Amino acid sequence: MADGRMEVRRRAGLRLWLSAAWLAVVVVVALLAPHLAPKNPLEQDLFSGRLPPFWQHGADPAFVLGTDSLGRDVLSRIIFGSRIALSVALISGTLTCLIGASLGLLAGFFRGWVDLVISRLIDIWMAFPPVLFSILLIAVIGPGLGSIILAIVVIDWTRFARVVRAEAMAQGAMDYIASARVAGRGRMGILWREVLPNVLPIIVVLLTLEMGIAVIVEAILSFVNLSISTDFPTWGGMISEGRASVHQAWWVLVFPLVTLFLTVLSFSQLGEGLKDRFDPVLR
Amino acid sequence: MNYLSVRHLTVRLKGGGLLLRDVSLEVAAGEVRGLVGESGAGKSMIGKAILGILPRAVEITGGQIVLDGTDLLTLPPAQRRIRIGATCALIPQDPLTALNPSHRIGRQITDRLVDILGWSRMGAEARALELLADVQITAPEHVLRQYPHELSGGMRQRILIASAFAAEPKLIIADEPTTALDVTVQKQILKLIAGLQAKHGTALLFVTHDLGVVSKVCQSLSVLYAGKVVEDTTIRRFFAGPAHPYSAALLAATPKYTDPTAGLNPVPEAVLAAVRAEVEHG
Repeated sequence: MADGRMEVRRRAGLRLWLSAAWLAVVVVVALLAPHLAPKNPLEQDLFSGRLPPFWQHGADPAFVLGTDSLGRDVLSRIIFGSRIALSVALISGTLTCLIGASLGLLAGFFRGWVDLVISRLIDIWMAFPPVLFSILLIAVIGPGLGSIILAIVVIDWTRFARVVRAEAMAQGAMDYIASARVAGRGRMGILWREVLPNVLPIIVVLLTLEMGIAVIVEAILSFVNLSISTDFPTWGGMISEGRASVHQAWWVLVFPLVTLFLTVLSFSQLGEGLKDRFDPVLR
Repeated sequence: MNYLSVRHLTVRLKGGGLLLRDVSLEVAAGEVRGLVGESGAGKSMIGKAILGILPRAVEITGGQIVLDGTDLLTLPPAQRRIRIGATCALIPQDPLTALNPSHRIGRQITDRLVDILGWSRMGAEARALELLADVQITAPEHVLRQYPHELSGGMRQRILIASAFAAEPKLIIADEPTTALDVTVQKQILKLIAGLQAKHGTALLFVTHDLGVVSKVCQSLSVLYAGKVVEDTTIRRFFAGPAHPYSAALLAATPKYTDPTAGLNPVPEAVLAAVRAEVEHG
């Protein structure tokens, strides 16, 4: 028993630290992008287009990860792309969490007509196909950072609401809720002091998952050209451009793809690791 | 003057059948009353009705719950809640779900004293230590810093008992407090409850299906069948010979550990049919 717990803890620790380390790197890079990027990410140089990364034959050491077909530095574009990816992840993740988790908590804890209204709203909302919905939304309000964030929040709050509602309902049926009521705690007091701390681990996992999803959604929207204007570097936009020349210059596609993959993976692993760390039963 | 009088209480499923039929019972200050009956008879429902924690699908449709001279059902919900919180406590059935897994033991005992009853943090902590010593927990300082999952079922039930007595309530409702524990622990827990009850002079409504437990801790007894009190008597009279045929059959059905060769005596069908008819038409 003790050994099993130690095992879980050690693995959770490694997972937590690796993912946190990668995300810390991304955050620092995003904050210091103008100082870290070796080149201007928008500067084109048609004479040095499709230069390979530094270890390959014919590379220019000034362009560490090579250049794309317009001669723009891939490394610098990845560095600046992290700014968009992170802003979208943090802002839309947080907003989605606040809205979805609050509605889910209210529905699951108060039940009755509150639950009825919120649950029906979730059902109706989820009947819309999400990708179509977001494309439609952005087509109507126009592309831009704000639109992407809005699209993610509008579509994904149901994910939080459903899970948190179910968890709040399960907690609400526990005897310690009844004890708190007997002791004279009001309903809001019980929600805040008794229910929320037990739902929090799940909210944290969902939040980090959502941040990963937000990075993907931003990439998808860039891919179909509905994100930020095309000359501003985003990971999704780079993947989309790299796709066209993948046979001649694989590095234009692969480097942003790997960065995106690691970031999304780190977000989800961070959530799992935090849950293991803060779950009182596993701790 | 009785501390708690439940008078003609009727509880039903919203839009459905009756769960409690015209239930009346009294608990005097400092008295221990047993409330027995088989599964589904409505024992726990009475406790929940008194404490205002009935499930959502259930409603009180008639009667009075008079606590210390005031009918709780006539009070507005907020006042009712505060009044119950200040004078009553619950010892719940399942110690595994009755403590919040996210909070340390100390916080669970002291928070209610501080937040709701306005104690000082220092006073509440001293009180918690004293209470844990009362329920014979060794190293109480250490236990106060632990989380519920680190403790055994018996330990958690002791903590719940300590917590119930924390604010010096006038009435405690113990809802099958020993059912979830194994037999060796049951005896210690019963002793603790009885000891604390005597020390504080608390009125206690002891809900159980175990007549052996009743004979050890209670002074009076209400026998419940299908949501109706079929017998209201003292312990001495009950064990000398119950007045109601159902009570008599229930008593006869208790296994006798002194004679292992004797078989079980289930309540006879004829008695059940008679009591069912009585409850439904009387």
